[in-house]
Amino acid sequence: MKELKITPIKEGTVIDHITAGNAVKVLHILKIPETTTSVVSVVINVPSKIGRKDIVKIENRELDPKELNKIALIAPKATINIIRDYEVVKKTKVQLPREVVGILKCPNPTCISNAREPIESRFYVISDDPPRIRCYYCEREPEDVVDRIV
Amino acid sequence: MDFRGRDVISIKELSKDEIKGILSFAKKMVPYAKGERQTRVLEDRVLSVLFFEPSTRTRLSFESAMTRLGGRFIGFADPGGTSQKKGESLADTIRMADAYSDAIVLRHPQEGAARLSAEFASHPVINAGDGAGQHPTQTLLDLFTIVSEKKKIEGQNIVLLGDLKYGRTVHSLAYALAFFGANLSFVSPESLRMPKEVVGECKEFGVEPVSTSHLDKAIKEADVLYVTRIQKERFPDPEEYNKVMGSYRITLDLLKNGKEDLIVMHPLPRVMEIDPEVDATPHAKYFTQAFNGVPVRMALLALIFGRKTL
Repeated sequence: MKELKITPIKEGTVIDHITAGNAVKVLHILKIPETTTSVVSVVINVPSKIGRKDIVKIENRELDPKELNKIALIAPKATINIIRDYEVVKKTKVQLPREVVGILKCPNPTCISNAREPIESRFYVISDDPPRIRCYYCEREPEDVVDRIV
Repeated sequence: MDFRGRDVISIKELSKDEIKGILSFAKKMVPYAKGERQTRVLEDRVLSVLFFEPSTRTRLSFESAMTRLGGRFIGFADPGGTSQKKGESLADTIRMADAYSDAIVLRHPQEGAARLSAEFASHPVINAGDGAGQHPTQTLLDLFTIVSEKKKIEGQNIVLLGDLKYGRTVHSLAYALAFFGANLSFVSPESLRMPKEVVGECKEFGVEPVSTSHLDKAIKEADVLYVTRIQKERFPDPEEYNKVMGSYRITLDLLKNGKEDLIVMHPLPRVMEIDPEVDATPHAKYFTQAFNGVPVRMALLALIFGRKTL
């Protein structure tokens, strides 16, 4: 833990192996600080075996699958550690599903998914790392995936 | 080939065998499309033809196709008189048409509209053009025209000319031609080049399209010249537009540099791209191509209703 430079947490989630420089985007996706009053620690450019990485520690919060999918879109190598009583009780790698529904907005203004229709946005994942997606409706491939997250 | 109940949203969802099956059935439809023979094979079917934006050929040829098969159609050519004006969602309009008919043909200004419609309709949906997106029946009739005139697509030297960036028909067509192994040249002004994704799709089929601004060179080896309209509003400078239009206009003089059996196609409407003098030459196939919309759409309609014999 020496390299973390911050103390372990008692309860909550540690998101590790975030692509260096993307920790702030992860916070944006998780709508932090708006959605939590607990302590959140962010470490950027931590040296590791596979190069530099970012780490985010969120106390008293366990992430749900929809939030994990969002993280996979910007940090495809991230691992999620669920911490209870200082112990890692569950460790998983984020994994992009074949389809992401309702978490991205299509950048094409004339895509039917941006009209007032009773549907959710829907994208096929055509490549995991780097993540590439294609709109199910208009078939466009947005380049700026992070900016499309709602 | 069992095509009964299928949605036709994008050409990319059709296999080679399915496309060949549709084209082969379309050939049988030609005398029926010309009124030389009669059939009532769809007399028990009603088709919704919903056009949310203007169209001449696509709408009329679908209506003609359904009528030639003995079926009936309902719908509109302008959404002005519908509940869409009152703010009704497309999903709700589709639910209604689905209740009143056995299949839906849809033209809509927004990309993905046909895909959405297929989700809400229990009956088949045929995409008749969604914004700048897909227009699969145009691609099918283009393929049918090339096969009718040239016997096969594989190995043909095909030049796509004009607005390759925004032109709806050329994206699906380039994909389909590469799928069938044609040699492709994309001729356009620098600012209206074929999008990278389309070129990438062609390469996935092992086709290496040549992109150029020079028509005079490309035309020499061409078997098929597919011309599209270049819209004036794409150019901020009218001078530039005039220059481009001048260099890409198809004239008798230009065609002298091409093969004797070169065919010229155009999805129409044309404005100035093709000199009317060309119309009377054996090169001109654009009116035949427009007619071909009828037998191809007849074949598609009969197949989605599971009627394989006439």
